[in-house]
Amino acid sequence: MSRLTEESLRTANDIIDRYPIKKSALIPLLHLAQEQDGWVTDEAMNHIAEIIGITPAEVLGTCSFYEMFKRQPNGEYQVNICHGISCHLLGADQLIHHAEETLGIHEGETTSDGIFSLEGVECIAACTEAPCMQINYRYQNQVSESQFDELVKQIRSEERSDIPKHGTLAKVRQNISAERIAGFDSIDESIAPVWLERNGEVE
Amino acid sequence: MTTPLITTSRWGNKDGHTLDGYIKSGGYQALQRALGLTPKEVHEEVKKASLLGRGGAGFPAGVKWGFLPENVWPRYLVVNGDESEPGTYKDRILLERDPHQLIEGCLITCYALGLSQCFLYVRGEMAHGQERVAQALNEAYEAGYVGKNILDSEFSVDIVLHWGAGAYIVGEETALIESLEGNRGMPRLKPPYFPASIGLYGKPTIVNNVETLANIPWIVLNGGDAFAKIGAEQSTGTRIFAVSGHVNKPGVYEVEFGTTTFRDLIMGEEYGNGIRNGNELKAFIPGGASAPWFFEEHLDMPLEKTAVDQAGSMLGSGAIVVMDNTTDIVKACHNLVRFFARESCGKCAPCREGTSWLEKILQRIIDGNGRSQDLDLLLDICDNISPGISWPPKQTTICPLGPSAVSPISSAIKRYKEEFDKYLSKSKPNIPVQIKSGAG
Amino acid sequence: MTDTFKNETKVAFTLNGQEVHANAGENLIEACSQAGVDIPHFCYHNRMNSVGMCRMCIVEVDTGRGPALQPSCMLDVTEGMNVDTESDTTKKAQDGILEFLLLNHPLDCPVCDKGGECPLQDQTIAYGPGETRFVEEKRHFEKPIPINENVYLDRERCILCDRCTRFADEVVGDPLIHFIDRGNETQVNTFPEDPFASYFSGNVVQICPVGALTAKPYRFKARPWDLEEIESTYPNPLGDRITIQSSRDEVLRFQGLDSDTVNWGWLTDKDRFSFQAFQSEYRIQEPLVRGSGLNKPDKSAKGLVAASWNTALEMTAKAIQNSTPNKIAFIGGARFTNESQYAWTKLAKGLIGTDNVDATLSDDLPAHVLLGLQRTTINEICSPGSTVLLIGSDLKEEYGTLYIRLRDAVTNMGANLIELTPVETGLSNIASLSLRPRPGEIGKVINSILSGESPLEIGGVSKESIQACHELLQDKQINVIFGRQSITESTEPLTQALTLLKDIPGTKFLPLVRRANTSGAFFMGMAPGQLPGQLPLDADKRKYLSDWENLPNEKGMSTDQILKAAGDGEIDVLFLLGSDPLRDYRNPELASKALQMTKTVVAVDLFVNPSTYESDIIFPAAAFIEVNGSHTNTEGRITPIRQKVTSPGTARPDWMIAAEIAAQLNHDLKIEKPDDVWDEIQAANISNDEITFQNIKSSPEGLILQFGTETPFRKADLNIDTRPFDSYSHRLVLSKKMFDNGTIIQMSPALKNFTSNSEVLINPVDFSSIGITEGQPVTLINGEKKISVVVKPDERIPRSIAFGYLNQDGVDLRALISDGSESIDIRIDPTAKVI
Ligand SMILES: Cc1cc2nc3c(=O)[nH]c(=O)nc-3n(C[C@H](O)[C@H](O)[C@H](O)COP(=O)(O)O)c2cc1C
Ligand code: SF4
Ligand code: FES
Repeated sequence: MSRLTEESLRTANDIIDRYPIKKSALIPLLHLAQEQDGWVTDEAMNHIAEIIGITPAEVLGTCSFYEMFKRQPNGEYQVNICHGISCHLLGADQLIHHAEETLGIHEGETTSDGIFSLEGVECIAACTEAPCMQINYRYQNQVSESQFDELVKQIRSEERSDIPKHGTLAKVRQNISAERIAGFDSIDESIAPVWLERNGEVE
Repeated sequence: MTTPLITTSRWGNKDGHTLDGYIKSGGYQALQRALGLTPKEVHEEVKKASLLGRGGAGFPAGVKWGFLPENVWPRYLVVNGDESEPGTYKDRILLERDPHQLIEGCLITCYALGLSQCFLYVRGEMAHGQERVAQALNEAYEAGYVGKNILDSEFSVDIVLHWGAGAYIVGEETALIESLEGNRGMPRLKPPYFPASIGLYGKPTIVNNVETLANIPWIVLNGGDAFAKIGAEQSTGTRIFAVSGHVNKPGVYEVEFGTTTFRDLIMGEEYGNGIRNGNELKAFIPGGASAPWFFEEHLDMPLEKTAVDQAGSMLGSGAIVVMDNTTDIVKACHNLVRFFARESCGKCAPCREGTSWLEKILQRIIDGNGRSQDLDLLLDICDNISPGISWPPKQTTICPLGPSAVSPISSAIKRYKEEFDKYLSKSKPNIPVQIKSGAG
Repeated sequence: MTDTFKNETKVAFTLNGQEVHANAGENLIEACSQAGVDIPHFCYHNRMNSVGMCRMCIVEVDTGRGPALQPSCMLDVTEGMNVDTESDTTKKAQDGILEFLLLNHPLDCPVCDKGGECPLQDQTIAYGPGETRFVEEKRHFEKPIPINENVYLDRERCILCDRCTRFADEVVGDPLIHFIDRGNETQVNTFPEDPFASYFSGNVVQICPVGALTAKPYRFKARPWDLEEIESTYPNPLGDRITIQSSRDEVLRFQGLDSDTVNWGWLTDKDRFSFQAFQSEYRIQEPLVRGSGLNKPDKSAKGLVAASWNTALEMTAKAIQNSTPNKIAFIGGARFTNESQYAWTKLAKGLIGTDNVDATLSDDLPAHVLLGLQRTTINEICSPGSTVLLIGSDLKEEYGTLYIRLRDAVTNMGANLIELTPVETGLSNIASLSLRPRPGEIGKVINSILSGESPLEIGGVSKESIQACHELLQDKQINVIFGRQSITESTEPLTQALTLLKDIPGTKFLPLVRRANTSGAFFMGMAPGQLPGQLPLDADKRKYLSDWENLPNEKGMSTDQILKAAGDGEIDVLFLLGSDPLRDYRNPELASKALQMTKTVVAVDLFVNPSTYESDIIFPAAAFIEVNGSHTNTEGRITPIRQKVTSPGTARPDWMIAAEIAAQLNHDLKIEKPDDVWDEIQAANISNDEITFQNIKSSPEGLILQFGTETPFRKADLNIDTRPFDSYSHRLVLSKKMFDNGTIIQMSPALKNFTSNSEVLINPVDFSSIGITEGQPVTLINGEKKISVVVKPDERIPRSIAFGYLNQDGVDLRALISDGSESIDIRIDPTAKVI
């Protein structure tokens, strides 16, 4: 663990190939590392630095800018309760407070069994469903306190297979087959697209 | 009111997100049509439509497209799907329920402008949206709508799904480009004012919002003129608004620009359906957390860019947040300021230091440690971030994020100063005064 | 910014009500500064791209659409612009920003190294109230943390101006420090366990506008107001300009001086922290002689003892008098000032009458090659769109500030760099083209490049690369930066390449000389066959050197020849002028034998090094911080070297030692001060360059010597057939690394720990095909010569090359070098036993 596995590395290379500049793949690769280990380890950052040819400090610089990347071991389920303005108006603070009591931890902490990490987060674009939350980035709308407790129970008793472990974002990945890919021109070469040329729109 | 549904027509369809469902409901016909036109002609249609950008700034898309310098290749399309402005909720539904419409919009745009690659940047937290887009892209690639020789024409373009990872500032277009290049999402310096000339990888780049691009297929299919006939003179077409907060029926609604008013949206039966519990309206945010607040007297204003701009706020990202008379204004204000403080990228001193200072003072007031001079201090700090505290904001910062934190404070203090005073009158602050001993 | 080549069109703009003029396209903060109005700033730095982060430089600007606050570091001046740096709006905004910057700053100025020279502190004092409006808790970080061996970072003091991080990334390409975290939590830091290992790290201390970055060698040593400073030149091949700062006759710091033409204020760590060496307690304080210290050196004696100057001088004179001129020889002097070089040349050639004088250790190209080439300047090389052909080694390792300048030219000015180096270098990632010719075959490769015709492969370079290079050079004015690619390569192949290049009209050259003042030494005649003023020994003009009574007629020996003769017992007196052949010469065995066989070895040096340790008479010399004089860099640029402190003990300037030996020989060298040298050169009318010591001292950019006029270029034999390369062997490349076991580095505590174990690197494919296991020592074989060393795989090394750094710890790789061939091919034997 920790460095990218063979399989992750294959996915990583697929992703890298889609960008004219390798470094563009950095954020997707950090997600990949987080999917593999549940958090982003120093070893993974080092490995990513190696494969895209930048320094580990640069990887860390980017990684640490974005909230979703956890650089310490994280709970298997990241509970993000929205405290954006719309949810705030409809009781987000109480819901967070309730969550703290139910889980026995404060915002920003992980339960001792390593199952839940709790956070109050900024607006998650479900404002009309306030108060809302995400568990491992899966939405739960208009959450009441009892619903919250029910969710926690379901997860503890492993009844929520619809919610993958922390780190897995999209369960569906983009695949581009070799036959269908358009490919791209090097950024160093100024070549006008054929369809413009044919339309006489470039000299 | 019978508003034509331009961007949300498939939201009710169970299979609207699948290729079959999309094609069944008229999908990819606009692409066919576009390929029959010359790229220039397609661009003309969009210009005629006067489509305003839906990401916040409301800049006409057709005009922005015209800023691309000639004969510099390659050029890119970057789709801004980072939707994070508090109160804003529309792009995510467009991604989840009608991904092909967006894809079709992207394809047409690339065709029209000779863009050789499209990056579809979806906010990191939107796992489901990413899945739907990935699925749609996979289907569309297989079926020959995306990739090499689209619909057997010479037109080829890849659409690459890219993920964010949690940072509101990345919604700002130059920060979005930085992020897409694998960097920290810190806005670039202007000029150039638009990435159209120097953008992704230093190449000409068009950045458009998801909703903006979702309009493109309709425009190409029905013509720019038809689009321009809908809505108001300066604000054409329809717009998706999320109405949230203290209303009876929070929801996301596509309405016609200009003919609809805030009152319709907040009070109208088919929309917000009035303030909850029969309470009174205290204030509402007309266009996302950055926008200065509106009040009762603004309710009859039409949803139209020029009118709202003139009244000192903005339609911004189409987010209407309603606060009723039970709202603790100081806490609401703190909530919004905390958002900007947490989301500041940290590049500019006034934003990095100023927004968190504002937040700390508000928190202190709420905690009962406010001092009589704090309101003046708050306003003076605001003035140092956004000199003159006016709208549109002047700024000592690079991007408008810092100045955005000023909106809630100035709105709240101007209208509901007594609520701050109430906190202050109950305060017993115990704060030692620090002397700048060191300097010298 | 990179504005060496400014647009010269002028624009007029209004500054605080007055009309002023500036160059079009210049940024506003600079234009205002030119006009005498200083705008406060923190993130802006004239040698880096603007980021506009601190916002301190915000001023009211009206470009016709009404006044607006704009960061002046980000704005170009335009015609008719109206700028108000004093308006109430400007002042209010600037005061507000300063307050923001100070919010979380600890204000611990009394204990801060920067206190007294801190822009933030200065601004704060200028700005009003002594009471802060910020009553909340400040941001806390662990107090200073080391980010490498010499630099500490105090994140509480940091104002996030992005200077150090931009420097690391943009200026030197070592992005090992970075912004971490976001918003109000942002900090500068390294990756865990991955220090800021940059050769240029000291620069970030110099440019930090607050006391967040401090240098260990200077921490708590002095307060800025106790410092005195003087502008001088660091004696390295580029002649980097510096200020020497001292307190109570002790040098505490070298800072880079922002010279437009040379180093732009940057320095390598090697030079910056080397001030420690010159103050080292190991400096030689008084003359030393072998044996009892009585009148005659005792070759058989083991130890060196202190002696009086008189004794040492007498012994030296006697040794000279007991010999004949052609049995007396001088090696070294390339580290001296120009003036000292003249004095020693005069002593050797004019007085003693020997031409056996060689400032180099036969590892630079001979004087009649170097002096015959027209030189280019660093600014010419680093100009927009220039075409640069680099033949040689890694500038990052050996010529640090040129590396920085060239990097800037390529990334910011669109200069085209074509690199012909044996292995990947610090500039490879930005070069337009990188070719990897095998050392020894550069002549063939250049021949093909120029003609555009090539077999499938030549000298390790493919036909395609040759053609690509040919096209890039076509019809271009070429700036050639050249040096040997490896010390295992003889000087002949490079001379061949230069012979070919010289014939292309407009081509100019910048030699990568190995030692500090090689150009000065050659100009002053410290080479066999040369006289001062670039005159060949047999030039007509020699008659003007009127008091050079004993000028020899025969061309003397080079270092190679001197050491060989000495080894054969044919040299009586050998002078080592600041040179250390035992450690520095390619054949240590020969050097050792030479020192043993020579009757009297006289050394002039700062330290006892391996060679001085074997000498018989040692004169303590003054270091460059202790003398006045001048230095000639590789462009031919003469800049002043100035005394800041007094020498330890009885150490004397090098020229004075020459004069005293002359006096002991009953002659007057007629040099009593450095000025006399230039007066004498002028009086003798031997040089085309009008140079006086006064001019040198008073011209900020220095005076440029024109090379390529007096001494004709010696063309090489162009019969470029080299022996075939045998695919079973590896061509040996030995290069210099910035940090090695050289004396100055080892005498500087801040630098001495950066050497590594000697090892040899080869391409991973070769590595696996030979079948070596990691870490296992193998035997490298060159004919009779064998060493046992660890070989490692490294992707930067092309196939069939074996690469190593010289003068590291452990095995001495020079043991593989044999004389007399253009290049050296070795065999790697994985099975052989350790010898
Ligand atoms: C702080 C900040 C955040 C922004 N966030 C978003 C966003 O989440 N989505 C978006 O489309 N535009 C956002 N914008 C606006 C973009 O910069 C840009 O104007 C827009 O994407 C252009 O697309 P449009 O012309 O189609 O509206 C933001 C701007 C700022 C200053
Ligand atoms: S205003 Fe704030 S968010 Fe915008 S660039 Fe400056 S620091 Fe970053
Ligand atoms: S100096 Fe201009 S913003 Fe810092």
